[in-house]
Amino acid sequence: MPKKITIEPVTRVEGHGKVTIHMDDDNQVVQSRLHIVEFRGFERFIQGRPYWEAPVLVQRLCGICPVSHHLAAAKAMDMIVGAGTGDGLSPTGEKMRRLMHYGQIFQSHALHFFHLASPDLLFGINADPNIRNIIGVALEHKDLAVQGVMMRKFGQEIIQATAGKKIHGTGAIPGGINKSLSKEERDSFLKGEDPLNIDKMIEWSLGALEFFKGYHKANRELIDDFASFPSSHLSLVRKDGAMDLYHGVLRAVDSEGKKILHDIDYQDYASYIGEEVKNWTYMKFPFLKEIGKQDGWYRVGPLARMNTVDFIPTPLAQKEHELFRAYTNGKPNGMSMHMHWARLIEILHSAEMMKELLNDDDIMGNDLVVKGNKTLEGVGLLEAPRGTLFHHYRINRNDQIEMANLIVSTTNNNIPMNLAVESVAKKYLNGHAVISEGMLNAVEVAIRAYDPCLSCATHALGKMPLEISLVDKDSNIIDKKYSG
Amino acid sequence: MEKKIAHFTIDNKECTATTGVSIINAARENGIFIPTLCHYEGVKPAGSCRVCTVKVNKRHLTACTTPVAEGMEIEVDTAELNDLRSSVIELLFTEGNHYCPACEKSGNCELQALAYRFGIMAPRFPYQFNERDVDASHPKIYHDHNRCILCKRCIRIIKDEKDLPAGSQGRSIFAFNQRAKKVKIKLDDRLGKELSDELAQKAMDICPVGSILVKETGFKTPIGQRKFDKEAISLDNSINLKAMKEAHHE
Ligand code: SF4
Repeated sequence: MPKKITIEPVTRVEGHGKVTIHMDDDNQVVQSRLHIVEFRGFERFIQGRPYWEAPVLVQRLCGICPVSHHLAAAKAMDMIVGAGTGDGLSPTGEKMRRLMHYGQIFQSHALHFFHLASPDLLFGINADPNIRNIIGVALEHKDLAVQGVMMRKFGQEIIQATAGKKIHGTGAIPGGINKSLSKEERDSFLKGEDPLNIDKMIEWSLGALEFFKGYHKANRELIDDFASFPSSHLSLVRKDGAMDLYHGVLRAVDSEGKKILHDIDYQDYASYIGEEVKNWTYMKFPFLKEIGKQDGWYRVGPLARMNTVDFIPTPLAQKEHELFRAYTNGKPNGMSMHMHWARLIEILHSAEMMKELLNDDDIMGNDLVVKGNKTLEGVGLLEAPRGTLFHHYRINRNDQIEMANLIVSTTNNNIPMNLAVESVAKKYLNGHAVISEGMLNAVEVAIRAYDPCLSCATHALGKMPLEISLVDKDSNIIDKKYSG
Repeated sequence: MEKKIAHFTIDNKECTATTGVSIINAARENGIFIPTLCHYEGVKPAGSCRVCTVKVNKRHLTACTTPVAEGMEIEVDTAELNDLRSSVIELLFTEGNHYCPACEKSGNCELQALAYRFGIMAPRFPYQFNERDVDASHPKIYHDHNRCILCKRCIRIIKDEKDLPAGSQGRSIFAFNQRAKKVKIKLDDRLGKELSDELAQKAMDICPVGSILVKETGFKTPIGQRKFDKEAISLDNSINLKAMKEAHHE
């Protein structure tokens, strides 16, 4: 008999999602899908609110990477208050925001790698789920668990010092920042008691990379073949092609490394990127307009960034990037599990960036806010831990937000995650009459590689266009309803 | 005329104050804090929020409108009265739409500060989810009716004093509009147009909640430096102490 398998909830990811897998009489997977079952609605209820509230309000759609939303909204508001896009802020404003952002990337990646993903690597995909979790890691690999916790703490402390609070702060305001670092704060990060200082963080980041590389050597098949497929890749890059997670131009490359989006100013993103809605998930499907809905999808996130940037502007991470690129002979890397490798390179890069920023006296300056000629529309983009994050707002003459459009990283990765689920479902489930927990965990491992933050990926309320089709056994549509 | 001194007790403590001053002020003179949301030193008390309710000789009275008199036995800090105050604050939270997480007045808001002082975790009454709107049409002020607790401070304090003889009251720039459940604060069409930056800022400062906001200045004060970030609301940091000092200075 054909059967439908549901994995609900998907565990060790942020937010709620579900996977359905349809299998036919011969135990072959015929369809598999990742559904996002949470519903947020921020794009709707921000309407009418004053624009300066957006960075503080919108970040509430997530408790894990609120800083990314806080900063993306603030960047959009920089445009609105006439402070330009990216390069118009005062040096203190810009550097404090960058420090906040790299602190966030550092802590979020650490959380993801050590807490959520490492159990699968350390114990194996088929291990007993009672051990295959962070508690198991703490018991059997104490050093790694402690490092994970302390690295996360360091990043959180940076966020607190720049945003005012570890979660949901208020530091970034339109046109700048509301505080700079005191000398004591700065010194505590540079020379704090072991292990909470930046040099230790860099040392541990290198250690985590070595751990992964060793693991990779011993488990090549898993790391290289698991959910591996070619794709296009998209991210912001600095104007000179360097990695820049806070600001840049938008670039996409195809699976051969050819540029298909040519370093555009992201204020024009809507001319290049479209969004499609499907009837089985609350999450939208973005695509590159020039290529079309069918083939215009792309990957975002650490893996994509390794593929789009020409180099990383910090020495230790650059060395690792060279190794990473050499592994695929300079061609884009499409191996989903290499996302972990890429993430660890970014942890190292973030630590190096934090050190550079902390050693810059501008971080203690007093010139916090810049304002110029007001405009009614602004777009703010940055590279969040999970990938490119888009915030787009339009306001009316009374300063109220009229329109908001958010494309979050997880949404950008919608198709790649579904493809990863399908590839793993087929590989692990095809031909098996009895489905084990380990097989299903393999599907989750594929999703986890993308570190999706499902909670923030769905946010249109009221105007959610929903299309429902009733289909008979020969796939003829017999009824169709559309609401929107 | 010589001022008469009244002798009275607050929670059994012997106190003295000038006869005729409000109980709220008499208490302050004796180092005792009576919380309030509507009272503002120097303007006529309205008795509208009821948070300052005390017991005088076993009767419930508002401390802002009742003058102190010889021999009064006043109860302030009792379990019964604190529960009553708490319930009034909880009612305000359920009647309006107060979302502290994204409110720029958070940390400077007296309603929020009192909720913390009374340890309110969740209101005992059901939320009303009343539909309120915002008025953003004024060039300087963003007025969020979701948060207004109708304390009338803005009406009583923010006055236009231009072209008026010295000593006269001034004209209110804010006023009540409509009635009963629909009542809301509105800026006077003509006077509102001439609102100075100073008065706009003062209106924001005296509003106990985040209902009156000066446009484009939100979240300027970092977390940690806001009024109630370090200390709970008390006699030492209450708005009325500040108002009293300012009045004294003048
Ligand atoms: S706007 Fe503020 S000051 Fe005016 S009545 Fe409402 S809460 Fe009181």
